Amino acid sequence: MRARRFRTALAALTALAALGLTGCAGDADTASPQPGSSSPGVTGTITVFAAASLTESFTAIGKDFEAANPGAKVTFSFAGSSALATQINQGAPADVFASAAPANMKTVTDAGNGDGTPTTFVKNQLVIAVPKGNPNGVTGLTDLTKPDAKVALCAEQVPCGAAAKKALTAANVKLTPVTLEQDVKGALSKVKLGEVDAALVYRTDAKASTADVDGIEFPESAGAINDYPITVLKSAPNQAGAQAFVAYVLSDAGKSVLTQAGFQAP
Amino acid sequence: MVARPATVAPPHRRRRTGRIPVALLVPAALGLLFLVLPLVGLLVRTPWSTLPQRLAEPGVLTALRLSLQTATLATLLCLALGVPLAWLLARIEFPGRRVVRALVTVPLVLPPVVGGVALLLVFGRRGLLGGWLDSTFGITLPFTTTGVVLAEAFVAMPFLIIAVEGALRGADTRYEEAAATLGAGRWTTFTHVTLPLVAPGIAAGAVLCWARALGEFGATITFAGNFPGRTQTMPLAVYLALETDLESAIVLSLILLTVSVAILASLRDRWITSP
Repeated sequence: MRARRFRTALAALTALAALGLTGCAGDADTASPQPGSSSPGVTGTITVFAAASLTESFTAIGKDFEAANPGAKVTFSFAGSSALATQINQGAPADVFASAAPANMKTVTDAGNGDGTPTTFVKNQLVIAVPKGNPNGVTGLTDLTKPDAKVALCAEQVPCGAAAKKALTAANVKLTPVTLEQDVKGALSKVKLGEVDAALVYRTDAKASTADVDGIEFPESAGAINDYPITVLKSAPNQAGAQAFVAYVLSDAGKSVLTQAGFQAP
Repeated sequence: MVARPATVAPPHRRRRTGRIPVALLVPAALGLLFLVLPLVGLLVRTPWSTLPQRLAEPGVLTALRLSLQTATLATLLCLALGVPLAWLLARIEFPGRRVVRALVTVPLVLPPVVGGVALLLVFGRRGLLGGWLDSTFGITLPFTTTGVVLAEAFVAMPFLIIAVEGALRGADTRYEEAAATLGAGRWTTFTHVTLPLVAPGIAAGAVLCWARALGEFGATITFAGNFPGRTQTMPLAVYLALETDLESAIVLSLILLTVSVAILASLRDRWITSP
C-alpha cells in the first residue's frame, strides 16, 4: 500500500518536473533575455505571422537572421493574410505581421494592434501558373476562358483573389473558375496535382515551384500589383526581437533574398 | 462553479456508491464546462440585432442548402454501402476481418485533409481511377457537387458502420435462425428479420453519419474545392467568412451549430445505449 502510494507520488513528481522543465524552457525562449548571450539585444523567440506567399523567402530570411543573431529563434505562421489578421486581432501572440495586401494590414492597425506605421517592403505580381511544359499552350488570360479550361483562382476575400479579380477586370476577361481557393498555395497545389489546367498565382509562388509548374507572365497583371506591408505588433512579447527582424527584412540582405524569390522592390 | 454534490441526488433509487466522489465530480464538471463553454462563447458574440439580414444573404442560404443536400446524399450513399459492409463485419467470419474492420474505421482518425488528398490521388483527373473515368466517360469528380458527396461519405461512413455493426452484434440471432428454419432464404431473412431488428441502430448511425457529413471541411476543400453554389458548403463558407468578417463567420457557425444540436438531441440516448 505504502509502496504504491510512493510510486504514485513519484510519478506525479516526475510529471510535474517534466512540465516545469519544458515550461521554463519556453519562458526562457520568449521572455527573459539571456544575460550570458554574446549577441547584443536580440534574443529569444520571434513569432512572425506572414502571408502564405512569403513562405519560401521568409523561411530563408529567418535562417539568415538566426545565423546573424545566435540568441534568436524565428518561428513562422504562414497562412492567408486575412486569416492571420483575424488571429492577431483575436489576441494571437505574435511579434511581427507581414501581409500580402494593405487591406489586411489595415484590419490590424485599425484595431490598434500595430506598432507604428507599417512599411511596404516588396511588391508582387500575378502570373498564370500552368503544369510544367505548358501542355495546353497557354499564352495569356484569354486562353483561360476556353470552355474546357479548368482554372483555379483564390477567393476574393484573400489578397491573391482580390488581385486576380482586378487583373481580370482590367483585361475585360470573364472566366469561370472551378474553385476559389482559400490561399495562393491552395490554388498552386491544384495545378501541381494536375487537377486544374491553370491558376492565377503570384510570380514568386510559381518561381518557388519551377519543378512542377511554369509561370506565364501576362501584361494585365501590371494593373494588379500587390503591396506587402510589414509591421511590429503592439502586444509583441518580444519587442526588441520584432524590431530587429523587421529591420533585417528591410536591409540589403533581406531584400536580396526577396528579389531572388521574384518579388519587386517597392 | 462546481455543482452541489451528493445532497441533491435523488433520495430513492440510490445505488451502492451513494455519494458522488469529489474526485470524479470536479473533473467531470470541468470536462462539461470545457465542451460547452466554446458554444456559449459563440452565442455571446452573436450579433443578434443584424442576424435576420445576415441570414437572408443569398450566399448563406445557398451554402446551407448545398450542405443539407450533400450531407443527405452522402448519408444515402453510406447507407447503401455501409449497411452491407457492417453486416459482413458482424455476421461473417472471414480471414482478415480484423484488418478490414481497422481499415474501415481509418477515416475516423485520419485528418480529413489527408482523406481529401487521398481522394484526389484516386478520383482526381490524374488519379488511379479518375484518369480512366475522365478519358473513358469524360467524368471528372473534383470541383463538382458529386465530389463533395464523395468527400463527405468517405469521412462519415465509419460512423454508420460502427453503429450498425454494434446493433447487429447486439441483436439476438435466434430470430434469424428461426426464420431460416422456417424456410426463409438468406436475403429474405436479412430484409424481413435482420433489418427491422436493427432498424433503430441504423437510424442512429445514419443520423450521426449525416451530422458528420454536414460538418465536413478538410476533405471537401481539398478534394472538391470551393465554389459558391457548387462545392461551397457551410463549413467552407464559415472559413472564408472568417477571412473578411468575423460576425458573418459567427452567424454561419451558429446555424451549423443549431442544426447539429437539433439532430443530435433528437437522437437522445439511443446511440449511447446501443452496444
